[in-house]
Amino acid sequence: MTLRNRWRQSLSFFMLTLTGICAVVAVSLLFLILGDLFYNGWRSVDWDFFTKLPLPPGETGGGMANAIVGSIEIVLLATIMGLPVGFMAGVYLSEFGGKTFAFLVRYMADLLNGVPSIVIGIFVWIVVVRRYHFSAYAGGIALALILIPITARSTEQFMNAVPQTLREGALALGASKWKTIATVVVPAAYRGIATGMILGVARISGETAPLLFTSLNNQFWGAGLRDQTASLPVMIYSHAMSPYDDWHRQAWAAGLVLLIGVLFANVAARLILSRGIAVQK
Amino acid sequence: MATLPAVSAPPHAGARALVMRLRKGDEVARLITLAFASSILLVTVALVYQLWVGSELARHKFGFHFLTTSMWDPVSGQFGALPFIYGTVITSVIALLIAVPLGVGAAIFLSELAPARLSSTFTFFIELLAAVPSVIFGVLAFFAIVPLMRDYVDPFLKKTLGFLPFFSGPIFGYGYLTAGVILAIMTLPFIISISREALLDVPVEQREAALALGATRWESTWQAVVPWARLGIFGSIFLALARALGETMAVTMVIGNDPNIHASLFAPGYAIAAILANDFTEATGDLYPQALVALGLVLFLLTIVINALARLLIIATTRRGSAHP
Repeated sequence: MTLRNRWRQSLSFFMLTLTGICAVVAVSLLFLILGDLFYNGWRSVDWDFFTKLPLPPGETGGGMANAIVGSIEIVLLATIMGLPVGFMAGVYLSEFGGKTFAFLVRYMADLLNGVPSIVIGIFVWIVVVRRYHFSAYAGGIALALILIPITARSTEQFMNAVPQTLREGALALGASKWKTIATVVVPAAYRGIATGMILGVARISGETAPLLFTSLNNQFWGAGLRDQTASLPVMIYSHAMSPYDDWHRQAWAAGLVLLIGVLFANVAARLILSRGIAVQK
Repeated sequence: MATLPAVSAPPHAGARALVMRLRKGDEVARLITLAFASSILLVTVALVYQLWVGSELARHKFGFHFLTTSMWDPVSGQFGALPFIYGTVITSVIALLIAVPLGVGAAIFLSELAPARLSSTFTFFIELLAAVPSVIFGVLAFFAIVPLMRDYVDPFLKKTLGFLPFFSGPIFGYGYLTAGVILAIMTLPFIISISREALLDVPVEQREAALALGATRWESTWQAVVPWARLGIFGSIFLALARALGETMAVTMVIGNDPNIHASLFAPGYAIAAILANDFTEATGDLYPQALVALGLVLFLLTIVINALARLLIIATTRRGSAHP
């Protein structure tokens, strides 16, 4: 083996080892994050955290019951508003869309998907908050605007994966087009559609920026959905940025709870998809 | 749009055909889904319109000087966006400088070297990393990365590269560099998963041909496989850039909130998304909120331009791309 060949071989070995290190670093980041949150947060996740209100600075104890309930309210509002719109738009794109208009909608959905979430917050502030008040509704609308394009595109993608022959079979039996879609295409793609929806809802559950000036925050129980509402992500932000140690402790705990929730939804969504995919690509 | 097929029958026959179709349900279903699809279009147009109108006062008062002046003084009503644009761009560039080599390297390992089972396990973890909410990255950056940068990384850089203006000056822990590091961690999963898919799409023959000519494993990867997949890799980089530009929470928590431009990367700065998060609810008067909406418009346009550039680049590479038959 000449010197040059030996050099080439060792360079190859060196570079490939380097790529392996890159991969290990990337994956270990996830475990560092999880480990850090567990280490700092698990002691503070107790009964009080789920059942009590935040206490004023200086007092030890308290919890984030209002933020947990507020987050659930806001995400539920966003889900009720966003999922049907996104799903129907996805059905249009996959089944009814012509050339120009469908292209336009698809392009706009991708555009909306790429808009920084804080800009969505500004938009909702201008349209909703400035006219009424900070409210859970405003937060829900902001999150729904993020959820709609995600749902539309994932629904379209999974419905496109349904083989054309299935549609033709139904149509040949005399079914109308909407009947074909409702009884053949959507059932065939439902695992994928459900996965996309769960991932979308998980994504908006962790969004903070669009809530900062739509649902704002609240140290107490709000007076219904028309009042400013606490949410877990905003609470994490405000508690972490505060100068009080006991609030930091709470922020870690809330971060741990939020992360476990989001990761659980992600794992569940992927299990649904992998457990016997109904659609063969 | 909703065009009906042109029929040359008399009008009443056309109307009857329409009624027939409506009765069958297809046309109704089409119109309903069309309405929902149009709502996406409507929302996007409304978003652009509201940002445009909502910043009218600031746009008229400052014009394009808004983008090029660096005075930000709400008390005297002077607003220049340059420090924020600079902060947003520089932190994103730092993020890419770190995340691109790391991400492409990891993607090469996952697609070329790792056994299938290991590769899919790693990819699963990386997708979970992408799902971590940004406020959690913010908490970690605030409590863990800031002290790490202040006590170890920044002093080390200052000692070794201190002759460069980027790595001189006092060390705070908060600043452009720290924000760039956390952005790098946040954009890494996007680069890895999209680049990996692009690399997996490269035909096996491409690798086999290179190896048969006597190339080493690395030479085959770097000279035959990566160029083939460059389109997807560029795509992943631009996607990561767009994410980094618009990222709010983690940057807000560690950038230091100083509306001045500093050459040193150790220095605290500001970013567009960060000042929006901090000041929007507190802005009073007529001009101040409008200036902030104008910043939102700048951020929006910046991400649009990056997306458009990505598309143009991809079109250019496909036209020129000799690797793609």
